[in-house]
Amino acid sequence: MPAELVLAIFLLPFFSFAIISFVLRPFFNHRPLLSGYVTIAAIGISLVLSIWALIEVSGAPHHILQMPDYEWVVIGDTVIRIGVTVDALAVVMLIVVTSVSLMVQIYSLGYMKGDGGFCRYFAFMSLFTGSMLGLVLADNLLFLFLFWEGVGLCSYLLIGFWFHKPEAARAAMKAFLVTRLGDFGFLAAILLLYAKTGTFDIGELQNLALTGAIGGTVLTWAAIGVFSGAAGKSAQFPLHTWLPDAMEGPTPVSALIHAATMVAAGVYLVARMFPVFASSTTAITTVAIIGGFTAIFAASMGLVMNDIKRVLAYSTISQLGYMMLGLGTVGVGISTGYISLEHGLALGVAVGIFHLFTHAFFKSLLFLGAGSVSHATGTFDMREMGGLRKAMPWTFFTFLIASLSLAGIWPLAGFWSKEGILAASFHYVPVLFYLAIITVFMTAFYIFRVIFLTFGGEYRGTDQGSHGLHESPVVMLVPMVILAILAVVAGLLPINEFLGGESHSFFGALSHPLAWVSLVWAGGGIFLAYAIYGAKWLSAASLRQRFAPIHTLFSRKYWFDELYENLFLMRLLVNGIFAALHWFDDHIIDGAVNGIAGGTVAVGTVVRRLETGQLQAYGLAIFVGILAIVACVFIFS
Amino acid sequence: MSFPYLSTIIFLPVIGAIVIALLPWANPRRIKLTAAAFTAVSFVLSLALFVMFDRSLTSPQFVEQASWIPAINVQYFLGLDGLSLPLLLLTTLLGFIAVFVSWKIDIRAKEYFAWLLVLETGILGVFCSLDLVLFFIFWEVEIIPMYLLISIWGTGRKEYSAMKFVLYTLTGSAMMLAGILLLYFQAGTFNMVTLAGLGLDSILSSLMATAIFFLIFIGYAVKLPVFPFHTWLPDAHTDAPTAVSLILAGVLIKMGGYGMLRVCVSIFPETAQHYAPLLIALAVIGILYGAAVTLRQTDLKRLIAYSSISHMGFVLLGIFALSQVSMAGATLQMVSHGLVTGLLFAMVGLVYEKTHERSIPKLGGLARQMPIIAVVFSVAGLAALGLPSTSGFAAEFLIFLGSFNSTMVPGIQVYTIVGILGVVLGAGYILWMLKRVFYGAPKEQYDGVPDADRREKIYTFALVAVIMFIGIYPRILTDIIKLGIQPILGGFYG
Repeated sequence: MPAELVLAIFLLPFFSFAIISFVLRPFFNHRPLLSGYVTIAAIGISLVLSIWALIEVSGAPHHILQMPDYEWVVIGDTVIRIGVTVDALAVVMLIVVTSVSLMVQIYSLGYMKGDGGFCRYFAFMSLFTGSMLGLVLADNLLFLFLFWEGVGLCSYLLIGFWFHKPEAARAAMKAFLVTRLGDFGFLAAILLLYAKTGTFDIGELQNLALTGAIGGTVLTWAAIGVFSGAAGKSAQFPLHTWLPDAMEGPTPVSALIHAATMVAAGVYLVARMFPVFASSTTAITTVAIIGGFTAIFAASMGLVMNDIKRVLAYSTISQLGYMMLGLGTVGVGISTGYISLEHGLALGVAVGIFHLFTHAFFKSLLFLGAGSVSHATGTFDMREMGGLRKAMPWTFFTFLIASLSLAGIWPLAGFWSKEGILAASFHYVPVLFYLAIITVFMTAFYIFRVIFLTFGGEYRGTDQGSHGLHESPVVMLVPMVILAILAVVAGLLPINEFLGGESHSFFGALSHPLAWVSLVWAGGGIFLAYAIYGAKWLSAASLRQRFAPIHTLFSRKYWFDELYENLFLMRLLVNGIFAALHWFDDHIIDGAVNGIAGGTVAVGTVVRRLETGQLQAYGLAIFVGILAIVACVFIFS
Repeated sequence: MSFPYLSTIIFLPVIGAIVIALLPWANPRRIKLTAAAFTAVSFVLSLALFVMFDRSLTSPQFVEQASWIPAINVQYFLGLDGLSLPLLLLTTLLGFIAVFVSWKIDIRAKEYFAWLLVLETGILGVFCSLDLVLFFIFWEVEIIPMYLLISIWGTGRKEYSAMKFVLYTLTGSAMMLAGILLLYFQAGTFNMVTLAGLGLDSILSSLMATAIFFLIFIGYAVKLPVFPFHTWLPDAHTDAPTAVSLILAGVLIKMGGYGMLRVCVSIFPETAQHYAPLLIALAVIGILYGAAVTLRQTDLKRLIAYSSISHMGFVLLGIFALSQVSMAGATLQMVSHGLVTGLLFAMVGLVYEKTHERSIPKLGGLARQMPIIAVVFSVAGLAALGLPSTSGFAAEFLIFLGSFNSTMVPGIQVYTIVGILGVVLGAGYILWMLKRVFYGAPKEQYDGVPDADRREKIYTFALVAVIMFIGIYPRILTDIIKLGIQPILGGFYG
C-alpha cells in the first residue's frame, strides 16, 4: 500500500476541514448541506482506505507496514522525526474511528438540520476525526502528542459548540483543563523517556523497555506519567469529572467522543505503550487498580442520574475502566509470571482493545438513540419521558440491542469482550474481579433503568408534547440500524484473534462457568430494574428514602466537583494563593518601586529647602562649616 | 563592498519619519500610506535577506564594517547571523503591521507615525549591531519615542506608565553602560564578535567577570522582564496605544533575551554557567508567578500583558539551560511570542475599539456579535497556551526538551518539570478569559457592534497564517537559529 494513501487516511478529514472553513463557509453558506457531504465523503474514503490497510496488514510479516519518516526539527544531534506505522493495533483503531465517525456524520445530517452552525459543526467534526486518525497512526510519542492535543482541542470546540449557553462554555473549558492536567504528566514522561533513551520512537521505546535498557524508577515514573495523560483523556478517576459535563455539546458529538475519539485515545495510548507498562509492576498495578475502581465508582453514579445522557456518560467512564482493568490485569499477570511475556503482551492489548472495539459500536448507538429520543421529546430528562416504544419503534429496538450488548448478554458483542476482561482479572487479580462482577450487575441495572423509564410505561411529558412524538427521519435511523447490527455481530468478528488474543467458539463460550456467573449477575441487574421501574413491585421513591445517604452520595457525585472546583481551584488557588501573589505584586514589589520613587522625591523636597537663595544663610553655613573643620583638626590632631 | 542591505533596512523607517515630519501633508491618510510604504520596503528587504541567507555559515553575514570613533576603537559594525535574522524579520513584519493597527489614529497623526517609525529603527539597530557602543546607542534610541507614544496617545494613567517605563529602562541602561565600559577597559574592544572569542572568563578575575556579567545582565533583565524587575511591563503595555503595545510586547522586550544570548552568554559562558541555577530559579518563579497573577487580572489588556511575564520566563529558562536545543527554543519562543502576543494585543485593541470596554466582567458573549474577532482571538489564545500546530508549541517544546536534557546545570530536570506546570496555568487563564469575553449569552448593549473590517481581517489572518506555518514547519526558522547558537556553544564545548 503506497505511503501516500496511508497518510491520506488522516489527511483527508483535515482537507475536509480546510475546504469547509475556507471555501464552503465563506462562499457557499447558503447551501450548508455541502459541508456535511464533504465530511462524509472524506471519512468514507478514509474508511475504505482503512479497510485496505487492514487487508495489507493481515498479509504483512509481523502485521506491520513500515512507512517513511520525515525530519521535523534538526538541531545538532537532536533529530525529531515524525512518521506513521500501520500495525494490527493501529488498523483496528482506524476501522473503529472511521466507521463510527461515518455513522455519526450521516446521523448528524438529520440531527443538526437547521442549526445555524451547520458548517462549523462539520468542519470541527472533520478535524476531530482527522486528529484521532493521526493519533492512531503516529509512530512516535511527539507526533502522537501533536494529535493528542488536537483531539483535546476539538472536544473543547465541540463540547462548547453552543457557546452562547454558559454551561456549554463552562463544560468545554473544564474538559480541556482537566485533560491538560493529565497531559502535564504525559509531557513530562515524554521528556523523561527521551532523556534516558534519546528517542521518541514508540517501537524503539517498547524494545528498550522489554530488553531492560530502561527500567527501575525511571520506567515507573515514565509509565505513570503516560498513564496520567491517558487517565485524563479516558476520564479515569480522579480525572473523571469532565466527561459527564461534556454532554453539553450536540448529542452526536457525545456519540463520537464517548465511542471512537477522545476517550478512546487514553486506552489506546496504554495499549500502544503496553510493553513499557508491563515492564513496571508498580505502573501496571496502578493501571489495573485505577481501572477496576473507576469501573465500579462511575457505575455507582450512573445508577441514580435522571438525565439519560448523564447515565450514558457514567457508563462510558465505567466501561473505559473495564478496558484499563483488562490491560492492567494481564500486565500484572505478566509481571508476576503467571503468563509468558510474549503471549501476555498480545493478550493484554487484545483484551483491552477488543472491548474498546465492541463498546464503540453499542455506546455510539446508545448516544444516537438518546439524541433521537430528545429529537422527539425536546428533553434529556427521563422523568419527562416514558412510553416512547410506541411512537419510536426503531429507536426503541436499536437502543434495546445496544443495552443488551452493554449489559454483556450472550451472544451480543459486549458479551465477548467483557468476558475477556473478567477472565483476565479472575486469573491474575481476583480482588479486582469481584469489583468487576459487581459492576456487571450495576451496568445491567442502570441501562435497563433507562430502558424502562424512557421506553416503558406511559408518556409523562407535557400533554401538547405527546402529539408531537414522532420517529426520527430515515437519515438518522439508517446509521442507528447499521450500528445495531454491529453491536450484535462485532463480538464475532475475529478482531480478538487478529490482535493476538484467544478465540472462542459461538457456543463454546457458554461452557465456561465464568460466562454463567456474569450472565447471572447481568440478568439479576435487568430483573431488579424491571422490578422497580418496569413492574413497579418495589417503589423507587421509598427505596430512595430508605437509602437516602447513599443516594445523596451518588447523585451528588461524591462531591468531587465541589472539591475540585470550589475548594481547590477557586478557594485555594485563584482566591487564595494567587490572590496573595497578586497582592504581593501590587503592594510589595510595585510598592517598593513606587516607594523608591516617592523616597527620592521626598528627599529632594527636604534637601531643596536648604537652597534658599539667601547669601546670609550660605555665609552662615560656610562659617559653621569652617568652625567644624577647625574643631575637628584640634580634637583629632 | 556589496549593497548595504542592513543599513537600508534599519534606516528606511527613520527616513520615512523624516519625510512624514517635513512634508507639508496634513492629510492623515497620506501620512499612513507613507509610513506603510517605508515599513513595507524594509520588510520586503529583510525577506530578501532571509532568502539570500547562507544556511551553512555560522558567522555574521551581510556585514558592514567601518571605523567610526577611532580614538576608542568604536566601529560602525553591522551583521546578521542565525540569532538576529529571525528577530529582524519579526521586527520589520510587526513594524509594517503596526501601521495598519494604527490606521484609525487621526489625532496628531504626523507626530504619531513619525515616532512609530523612529521606534522601529531603534529596535532594528539593536538586532543588527555587532559593536557594543553602536548597540547601546540603538538601545537608547527607542526610549524617547516610547515615552512620547505612551504619554500622548495612551490611555489610563499614561503619564505615570510612560515615566515608569523610562525610569526602569534608564536604570537598566545605566548599569549596562557601566558594564560595557568596564568590559572595554578590560578587553580594549567593543567588537562583539572579537569579545566572544576572547575567553574573558578565564582572563579576568572572577569578581570582575561576575560584575560585568551582572551589570549588563540587569539591563536585559529589566527589558525581558525577569522577576522581580517586571512591574513596569503591565503598566506600560496596558496604557500604551494598541500598536505600541504590539511593538512593545512583540519585539521590544525581545531585545532583552537577545542581549542575554548575544552578550552575556556569548562573552561570559563560564560565568553564565556558574550563575545559571540562580537565573533558572528566577525563570521558573517568573513562569509560575506570572501565570498566577495573570489569572487574577480583570482588565483584558493587563491580562495579556501579565501573560508575557510568564512566557518570557520560558525564554529565560531556555537561555540559561545552556543547551543548543534549549537556546534555539528560547529564540524561537521570542519570535513566536512576538507574533502571538502581538496578535493578541491587536485583537484586544479591536475589541476595545468596537465595544469601548476592556473590563472582563463587563464583556461577555461577544462571539455572536463579532464572530471573526472571536475566532482569531481564540486561535491566538490557543497559540499562547502552546497548542500543537502553532508556533507556541514548537518553541515551548524545544525549550522543555533542551532544558530537560541539558548537562550544563545540575537539577535542571526538576526546574523544567515545575516550569511545565506553567503551561497548565496558561491554558487556565487563556480559556477562562475567552469564556468570559466571548462565550455565554450575548449582551444587549453590544448588539450591532461591528466585526473586523477588511483591513483588520487581512493583517490578523496574515499573522495567524505565519503562526500556524511556523508551528507545522518549525524548520523554516530552527535551521537558521541553530547557526546562530553554534558559536555560543563553542564557549562551552571548545
